[in-house]
Amino acid sequence: MQRWLDSLIAQGAFGANPSRNLVYTIAIAIACAIVLFLIAVPFASVVTWVERRVWARIQSRIGPNRVGPNGFLQWLADGIKHVCKEDVIPSEADARLFKLAPYLVVLAFILPWAVMPFSSSLILADLNIGILYITAVPALTVVGVLMAGWASNNKWSLIGGIRSAAQIISYEIPAGLSIFPIVLMTGTLSMQGIIRAQGWSPERWFLFANPFCFVAAIILFISSLAENNRTPFDLPEAESELVAGFATEYSSMRYLFFFMAEWGNMFIAAAIVTTLFLGGWRFPAVSGSAVVMNALQFATFMIKCLFLVFVSMWIRGTLPRVRIDQMMSLCWKYFVPISFIDLIGTAGWVAIFPEGNVIAQWTMLAIGMALLVLFVARVVTFTRRAGMELYLHPTI
Amino acid sequence: MSEAFHTEEMTLNMGPQHPSTHGVLRFVIKADGEVMREAIPDVGYLHRSIEKIAEKVGYHGFMPYTDRVDYVCAMFTNQGWAMACEKLGNVEVPRRGEYCRVIATEFNRLASHLLTVGLMGMDIGAMTPFLHALREREMINDLIEELCGARLTFNYMRIGGVAWDLPPGWREKAIAYLDHLAPILDEFNSLFSYNKICIERLANVAVIDAADAINYNLVGPNLRASGVNWDVRKDMPYSVYPELEFDVPLGSGEWGTTGDAMDRYMMRIREMVQSSRILRQALKQMPEGAVLGKVVRNFKPPAGECQIRVESARGDQGWYVVSDGTGFPWRVHVRTGSFAAMGMIQKLSRGLMIADLVVLIASLDVIAPEIDR
Repeated sequence: MQRWLDSLIAQGAFGANPSRNLVYTIAIAIACAIVLFLIAVPFASVVTWVERRVWARIQSRIGPNRVGPNGFLQWLADGIKHVCKEDVIPSEADARLFKLAPYLVVLAFILPWAVMPFSSSLILADLNIGILYITAVPALTVVGVLMAGWASNNKWSLIGGIRSAAQIISYEIPAGLSIFPIVLMTGTLSMQGIIRAQGWSPERWFLFANPFCFVAAIILFISSLAENNRTPFDLPEAESELVAGFATEYSSMRYLFFFMAEWGNMFIAAAIVTTLFLGGWRFPAVSGSAVVMNALQFATFMIKCLFLVFVSMWIRGTLPRVRIDQMMSLCWKYFVPISFIDLIGTAGWVAIFPEGNVIAQWTMLAIGMALLVLFVARVVTFTRRAGMELYLHPTI
Repeated sequence: MSEAFHTEEMTLNMGPQHPSTHGVLRFVIKADGEVMREAIPDVGYLHRSIEKIAEKVGYHGFMPYTDRVDYVCAMFTNQGWAMACEKLGNVEVPRRGEYCRVIATEFNRLASHLLTVGLMGMDIGAMTPFLHALREREMINDLIEELCGARLTFNYMRIGGVAWDLPPGWREKAIAYLDHLAPILDEFNSLFSYNKICIERLANVAVIDAADAINYNLVGPNLRASGVNWDVRKDMPYSVYPELEFDVPLGSGEWGTTGDAMDRYMMRIREMVQSSRILRQALKQMPEGAVLGKVVRNFKPPAGECQIRVESARGDQGWYVVSDGTGFPWRVHVRTGSFAAMGMIQKLSRGLMIADLVVLIASLDVIAPEIDR
């Protein structure tokens, strides 16, 4: 590639006397952007298919099953459909902002993939401020959404945009505060550094490191639901209240961008939680081959992430939406104070047990397992006691 | 700052095309941010002159039109029209016919309430309860389809009885369905009704006290949710309801205040349990015999007027019919519960949030065609 660029420079493709470094930087940036896009978009799109199938199963429906095996290629068909549709821009809208908004949202969803730690070597850039970057960049979404709400010149869109801004900014605080305990414990902001500080076995995950981390993980997960406009915090696009919220006036590919970003952000949020609390890609060393190890680590990471994504879909299929004042009070009255307590508690914990405490880890693991068992028992008790399929239609 | 910073109320137009207005309704909302100053209902988008049509199509011919008065529970409007004509013309209905009517209407009440509770789920953002409720409603539609051939606009009843007897094997299917529904209702409650978020959203929202409920002429479940014990089936018995045993559930304020949205919502769940009870009894003690009395084709009731009341899924439905002795009614008027409920919305909406307006509409269970006819 360098040789190709050099020959292009020699031919004068970039002007008479270009700065060689500048050309290299731009070329690498374009290449990275293409790679990121190619990684991020299929992830987000496949998640849409998973979500629709899972949701359908929860709701006693079948879901998309026509395009490809089990409707797996539905996302492709939908994408093509959206691209082919007319891109309507309302005449009263602020056309420039209206067009720009979806790109900001998509940007906010593509950039975090740069530091996504898929395995010990599969990471585009192991930034030394990785976790800071991955929490900061998605906040661009709020600019895009607010811009979309304002530029649409539609009151429902405006309310949606304002709600979204209020919600994302509020929940950034508990989410950010829940990340600090881990930074305190590891002393690094690098994604890989945080994962390496954990072990492959559950009791060495930060989720179970101490009681404060356990609470922080839950707060981080719920806050990430809110930041991504997921049920029960899907107020910005509350269909029954605001028609479609900030996306009311959008159509065609621009509309698709918003939703691709939503689903992609779901995966990113899951990846953050996995990295910080669930041990990331850590897998016991079973093979000398780097390729095999990386594949196993990748699979571990993906399974953990997809499980969290599934939980988020499950929540979407189960819970109603909270009201805006309830959402705000949940954040400011409960999450923010609790996350501060978590932060102080973890600081104290680190001061007392600088190397961690194995007994506490095993105790937390036991408590976690007990909660899981209780939860499963509850789910089993309350689901499908009818246990009977009825077909009453005269012709079936 | 306060002089420089200019604020104004936002006027929002909710409907007629809005996903949660249960048909073509329109509200003009004056809002201060998320809090509403007022929501003014604007009715009339679904006015189809059904009452006037009655004056032109005659007594028998009007029966299919009554389905359109309230398409969610068309059996009640069928029954109301049939009862009004029978009272005018002194027509005797065979006892089996009356039982068929009760069975059909109570199944329709189940279907209507299932839709209502499901829509409540959808209006506060949970799709799953809606689809689960519709799944159960489909089975009732299957049963009713077998009974009268239609799934929505039934045209099942006739002056003097019902059009068709129960098909063979229908009774067993109906009982199997009731057996199936009881645990499903429990499941529905644990999935949705007793969900913490659901209770938080519905409890203490849009409270209607008993005096207000009476003053604003609320009927049916909305009235009973405020603690007023008035059920036409009990207090002005018609058909074979005196022979059937059932309770009238009342709003208790178990989750908040008596007469809040949660009470109105739970009223539907409780009424479904009572309807199942009525259905079991009716299916059991149904006598043999004809289902349709003798009524002349050219039905001409003597001159006079009558007013009958039916307890529909949306409450006390009044039918006022004036006959001038010809084959066409001189005047027909339907008094429907949704119309009265719409009148209450403007008062209740003051100080609610926009999200609560959706809850309020869903909890009052207004159906657009019933408002406008």
